[in-house]
Amino acid sequence: MKHTFETLVRDVRAALQAGEQFTLGYSAEQSQFVRFNHAKVRQAGEVSQASAQLRLVRDGRQAEQQVTLSGDVQLDRQRLADALAQLRQTLPLLAIDPYLRLDESAWHSHSLQEQPLPELDEVLALLDGEAGDLDLVGIYAAGPICRGFASSFGAFGWHQANSFNFDWSLFHENGQAVKANYAGQLWNADDFTERLRQAREQLGFLGRPAVTLKPGSYRAYLAPAAMDEIAGMLCWGGFSAQALATGNSALQRLYNADARLSPLVSVTEQVSGSLSPAFSDEGAPRLDVPLIQQGEAQQRLISARSAAEFELQANGADSYESPCALSLAPGNLANEQVLERLGTGLYISNLWYLNYSDLPAARMTGLTRFATFWVENGQIQGPVSTMRFDDSLYSLLGSQLEDLTREREMILSTSTYGQRSTGSSHLPGALVKGLTLTL
Amino acid sequence: MFDSSALLRQRFAALRSTAELFSLRHVKQSHQALSVRRNVAEPPFFSQDEGAMLTVRVNGVEAYAATADLSQAGLQRALEQAEALARQIAPHSLLDLRDQPVTNARHDHISPNFEQPVPSLADCLGLLAAESASVPKDSRLVDWQANLGLTLVEQTYLNSAGAELRHAQRFLFPGLGVTASDGQDSQSRSLGRDNFGQQGGFEIIERCGLVGAARQVADEALQLLLAPNTPSGPRDLLLMPDQMMLQIHESIGHPLEMDRILGDERNYAGTSFVKASDFGHLQYGSSLLNVTFDPTIGEELASYSFDDDGTPASKQFLIRDGLLLRPLGGALSQFRSGLDGVANSRACGWNRAPIDRMANLNIEPGDQRLEQLVQGIEHGILMRTNRSWSIDDARNKFQFGCEFGQLIENGELKGIVKNPNYRGISAQFWRNLSAVGDRSTFQVLGTPNCGKGEPNQVVRVGHASPACVFRQIDVFGGDA
Repeated sequence: MKHTFETLVRDVRAALQAGEQFTLGYSAEQSQFVRFNHAKVRQAGEVSQASAQLRLVRDGRQAEQQVTLSGDVQLDRQRLADALAQLRQTLPLLAIDPYLRLDESAWHSHSLQEQPLPELDEVLALLDGEAGDLDLVGIYAAGPICRGFASSFGAFGWHQANSFNFDWSLFHENGQAVKANYAGQLWNADDFTERLRQAREQLGFLGRPAVTLKPGSYRAYLAPAAMDEIAGMLCWGGFSAQALATGNSALQRLYNADARLSPLVSVTEQVSGSLSPAFSDEGAPRLDVPLIQQGEAQQRLISARSAAEFELQANGADSYESPCALSLAPGNLANEQVLERLGTGLYISNLWYLNYSDLPAARMTGLTRFATFWVENGQIQGPVSTMRFDDSLYSLLGSQLEDLTREREMILSTSTYGQRSTGSSHLPGALVKGLTLTL
Repeated sequence: MFDSSALLRQRFAALRSTAELFSLRHVKQSHQALSVRRNVAEPPFFSQDEGAMLTVRVNGVEAYAATADLSQAGLQRALEQAEALARQIAPHSLLDLRDQPVTNARHDHISPNFEQPVPSLADCLGLLAAESASVPKDSRLVDWQANLGLTLVEQTYLNSAGAELRHAQRFLFPGLGVTASDGQDSQSRSLGRDNFGQQGGFEIIERCGLVGAARQVADEALQLLLAPNTPSGPRDLLLMPDQMMLQIHESIGHPLEMDRILGDERNYAGTSFVKASDFGHLQYGSSLLNVTFDPTIGEELASYSFDDDGTPASKQFLIRDGLLLRPLGGALSQFRSGLDGVANSRACGWNRAPIDRMANLNIEPGDQRLEQLVQGIEHGILMRTNRSWSIDDARNKFQFGCEFGQLIENGELKGIVKNPNYRGISAQFWRNLSAVGDRSTFQVLGTPNCGKGEPNQVVRVGHASPACVFRQIDVFGGDA
């Protein structure tokens, strides 16, 4: 696929006219998608897709076009030529863009990971053997993913990796469920079996009589997957330079130094070592960016456009200024001490469907989902029916935060909207003194 | 229109397969996104997308392969891939579809005013720039944006039983948003955006009310910034159509999706508090509640003649006089469940397979004008324009928030309040429906952003609704 991309870059470069500059992004994947219900295959398919995103710049004006690539060299060459022609016609219609900033450096980046993926037969047989007696529902998604970037200034980036993401839930006959995931770049049947065993073990607790809670404030432990939902909310504009400059960030008060989080909270955009490409969709090398240090705001994520608009220094953020590899520093709580330290309260494995009830106050609501337990004196009593929380981040990760776990989980995004995501987060669990349940 | 049809037909006819059934769904889609933010045009974005999904049925087991290679060899390769996959998963397959009926229908569906030309790019940008420039100069107005999305879709479905179903649709998504901030608090007000989109031509801009709206939208954002918080406690709740659409979507639409009830979505989108045995028996709402699946309102986002599996679409009551009658289940879900459903098997594009989706899901109008709805409320609140949505995986416990609230006391509209939120339980909420607005309050709305499925898919859905009143709902505000 890299050769295909290089050919396209050469073609565009050759077609360029005097005074024009371009950037060309590339995204491709070959994916196997297998959905399961009741541990059987509900739907299966293979998808082969590739697209190029061409940006043409001339005389301070810019426009972009994305085209799907067919794989036929001549046809794709023609599609890019048509795109170039349309963009050329468009530019004179536009005013000069005051926020146009181009990275003119000729950076190079190359990452190739070709670990073999398992044969589907192997995965299906393993599942039959290990989970055939379970009510398993979920999806197995696997295959190579490629991202490329090139510019007329000589920048060239290539990222190619084989990866898999098996995301599933096990359901108890009483309707309670536990969620699990096995994802990465190197498949190991023993590791998968171990994840399945752990989930099966939790399923046992779900068979106990359900505990019904009344609204109120409860001591709670939020496992890393639950923290990932909270982190996901913060990634939704929280650290964005544009959102912070225009009153649309939930972390406005933190960045204005009108509020702070617990000194335990240190957050970084940790691209190095993650599975994300080393370059942004805008074609800038990504950087590791400290966002929150000991509860206080540090840098924000700044795209080239925001840098121009708000007179800041760009730091390799994507155009939408959302973290792709969020990392929350670990705390001091050992995993094996979680139940004991929780004492009496909620053990929350997952949260679901978060949204803001008051964005400037960073107040968010959401629900428990999958394997939420009531714990008394460090002992699991039984599953808790779905409960809604409504609480401020300044409480959950501020005044009410007691500790974070020493161990962290690397959570690979399961998102497949449009394409398989390369995003990830690296998070500990959190022990909080009070979580407000409302319904 | 349908320029590819002859070639597709020829290539489909030349495909060779031992499958008992195979189909090709070709989708060609173009999109144009224009935006003017704070009086500066953002770079225009265009996209061109085209590909096909080949689906086979081999001994009752179905599988698919999707490709953008539309050459004869590329389509044949994808067909063989799908066939090999169907054989591979056969020992593990959940479903035996040997007896599922197959369509052989032939039909064309075209959006209203499809061939009416739209204004040039320069004119569209001019319209957005003028609206942006109309936002008053006020240091508290920190962000504003006028935008216009235009999408063209042509789809052709062919199968080995002889079906040929084509649709050509054009969608417009106009929008305007303004944010006011005093450094501590921020309040936003919008028109259109995620709450509005329709099929058709440029008449949609007029129906949206975009032109000339900026001043009022900005003024409401400023009023909200100065307004008190929404008070807490039970109140009668008057929801305007641009919040009703979200209420319908989350607490009627998703729970009635049959694939959720059958368990397919339990790992991601979730399940449902509704059981298969509830259809025909469950009193879902008060006797004023009439909910239809209606693909016949031409301009509504998901109006079509056939769904993506080839089932003919017609208007059906899902809930009549409050009684739950039928699910949102396409041909496959109907085959699996034995229940009558609707034509709602839909895919977001060529690279995703059809599943049960909402399409146009509407509430039928009642008999009260807006003034009458207000007059009937002693202690209440009016809410407009969704801004926050959260509901549990069974689609029961919800909490929604709006941009704009206005208190109602003794039958009269009173002061504006900010951060209006409310929460409830779907299974009980609709039983509190106490008044339904008439056709003068009825609006055809929709969103391009309904997410669901593994792998994930985003589709356009339409919701048309009158204003509605709900008795004694738990209402509350924000923190400051």
